[in-house]
Amino acid sequence: MSGQTHGRTDAPAHGGAGAPVAEYEPVFVGEGRRRLDAILARYPTKAGALLPALWMIQEKHGWISPTGMAEAAEVLGLTAAYVKGVVTFYTMYHQHPVGRHFVQVCTTTPCNVCGAEKVGEAFLKATGAKRYGETSPDGNWTIVEVECLGACGFATPVMINDEFIESVTPESVPALVARYA
Amino acid sequence: MGFPHPTHPKENPVLSRHFGEAEARSYDGWVKRGGYRALEKALGLTRDQVIEEVKASGLRGRGGAGFPAGVKWSFMPKQKTKPHYLCCNADESEPGTFKDREIMRWTPHALIEGCAIAAYAIQAEQVYVYIRGEFTEPIQVMQAALDEAYAQGVLGPNAMGKGVRIDITIHRGAGAYICGEETALMNSIEGKRGNPRIRPPFPAAVGVFGCPTTINNVETLSSVPHIIERGGTWYKGLSLSNPKSTGTKLFSICGAIAKPGNYEVTMGFPLKELLYDLAGGMRPGRKLKAVIPGGSSVPILTAAEAEETLLDYEGCVAKGTMLGSGGMIVLDDTTDMVYQVMRLARFYAHESCAQCTQCREGTAWTVKILQRLLNGEGRREDLSLLLDLAEQMTGRTICVLSDSCAAPVVSAIKKFRPEFEAYLRNGKPAARA
Ligand SMILES: Cc1cc2nc3c(=O)[nH]c(=O)nc-3n(C[C@H](O)[C@H](O)[C@H](O)COP(=O)(O)O)c2cc1C
Ligand code: SF4
Ligand code: FES
Repeated sequence: MSGQTHGRTDAPAHGGAGAPVAEYEPVFVGEGRRRLDAILARYPTKAGALLPALWMIQEKHGWISPTGMAEAAEVLGLTAAYVKGVVTFYTMYHQHPVGRHFVQVCTTTPCNVCGAEKVGEAFLKATGAKRYGETSPDGNWTIVEVECLGACGFATPVMINDEFIESVTPESVPALVARYA
Repeated sequence: MGFPHPTHPKENPVLSRHFGEAEARSYDGWVKRGGYRALEKALGLTRDQVIEEVKASGLRGRGGAGFPAGVKWSFMPKQKTKPHYLCCNADESEPGTFKDREIMRWTPHALIEGCAIAAYAIQAEQVYVYIRGEFTEPIQVMQAALDEAYAQGVLGPNAMGKGVRIDITIHRGAGAYICGEETALMNSIEGKRGNPRIRPPFPAAVGVFGCPTTINNVETLSSVPHIIERGGTWYKGLSLSNPKSTGTKLFSICGAIAKPGNYEVTMGFPLKELLYDLAGGMRPGRKLKAVIPGGSSVPILTAAEAEETLLDYEGCVAKGTMLGSGGMIVLDDTTDMVYQVMRLARFYAHESCAQCTQCREGTAWTVKILQRLLNGEGRREDLSLLLDLAEQMTGRTICVLSDSCAAPVVSAIKKFRPEFEAYLRNGKPAARA
């Protein structure tokens, strides 16, 4: 697939490449295996459990490494290449380690006309991250612009990791960043 | 949490009646408010009776296309030879739309009840509620409500003690607008990339996991318990303008407006009153410039057109646009139309699944051309190029994402041409706030 603007293939290559690679701890053993079995019971095919399984991997490791993809492939009877094809389609699956705090700022039109770009800039400034997608020098923060978060009446919505925060303004950013630091 | 605002006298709260009441989220709180009576009633009717009631109500799909819900259900095979499935579309990613999120976070049991009734009607034992991955809070609220519904025997192998199996499973998306398109949604549930499928076959014949499937929006399904309880005739009577548009609808209103939020009114309600009475009008000192009324995927209305529009399917068509999801994006006189249209096109370029050439290349080129215009590097032929491109992008692709990108671009150039020409003439970026 061509072009740079196609989000389905160009999930930003988040920084933080220097993070030490710890030994991979398998996800689908013990309690994890039991959770997966409960999920599998809800789908007529094993592949149906792939998206939930990928979420479990990301929950545990913070991102989905090639080893993680291989583990998902193994337990669900798929090939690693197939799993990779799926992971790369969805922007919320991280294919690289991200900063300890991953911030997504909506800047689509409805939020944009409410000043969302200023909110994004305030996050860059408050965290020291140089630009969108690049992790801050202390390795703690990665800020990205995202498309509509489905909360346009609460401009500007921001996600910090799994927390969804409504009505963020440039003025409220420093306190938010301090809360997470 | 942003909600609620006090109900405005002109609102007609059916779905939103209990928004803001934390207690309504619990099973007990829901039952206290009359919850699960409709499911009990439906399970005592034949499947055909349920479908007839929904047909009689005139309820049309709230996800965008407005297809009559009861008619859609009646397409499902009567003789069951394979499992049937119901998919609830909670992917809500259309810019300007944030109503389903509110339904799920405040009245999760309303959606569960609607899903259960629909599942019964179409003989589905498994329901997948596909919730976009970013909706962490609605997912938690829905999961807690589901756990309670199972514990109370509302769901499971013997739902409501009536001997039918109804299971409901949340399937969390992972960041892809296109998965709101119904066939992409089904692929995503199957553990595939979310590429839309070529139709036919239609989902009622070959849907998720190759089985007959019905897909409905959150708001559509949440309306069903009211219809079963109070009758299709009652619902059909809720209509202020055209009898083909019935019931109440949650309108999300956002952008440059004083009081953004969700407002529930009867179909056919004047957009002007929604803007100025319910949503508090423009911000101080600002004037209305335009409204994109159906989420971002529909033609833009000028201020004058918007003020004459009646909010129902026909009312929007009469003004050359569409009701879509009912998400109203308000733009005021400080809006740079060219920049905001570029920003919308960027959304579609980002979200294109890239299967179809017209869409993949068309959305990307639309952004490039608009960007060069904004940079003061526009060429004289660029506006006609944009219009040509839009024509190539319309009606030729596997799904309508491509058309959705073209619609706001074409209408903006037609209705706000001087702004585009100013960028061409001045050859330099105009001042942006
Ligand atoms: C690109 C695209 C995105 C869509 N996104 C959504 C969505 O987020 N939510 C939704 O309910 N319908 C969405 N739809 C419409 C669905 O395909 C489908 O028509 C709808 O879910 C059917 O439910 P309804 O008949 O109850 O409206 C989308 C359609 C397209 C083409
Ligand atoms: S129109 Fe666009 S989004 Fe839809 S199937 Fe084609 S490439 Fe994918
Ligand atoms: S445009 Fe920002 S949440 Fe929808």
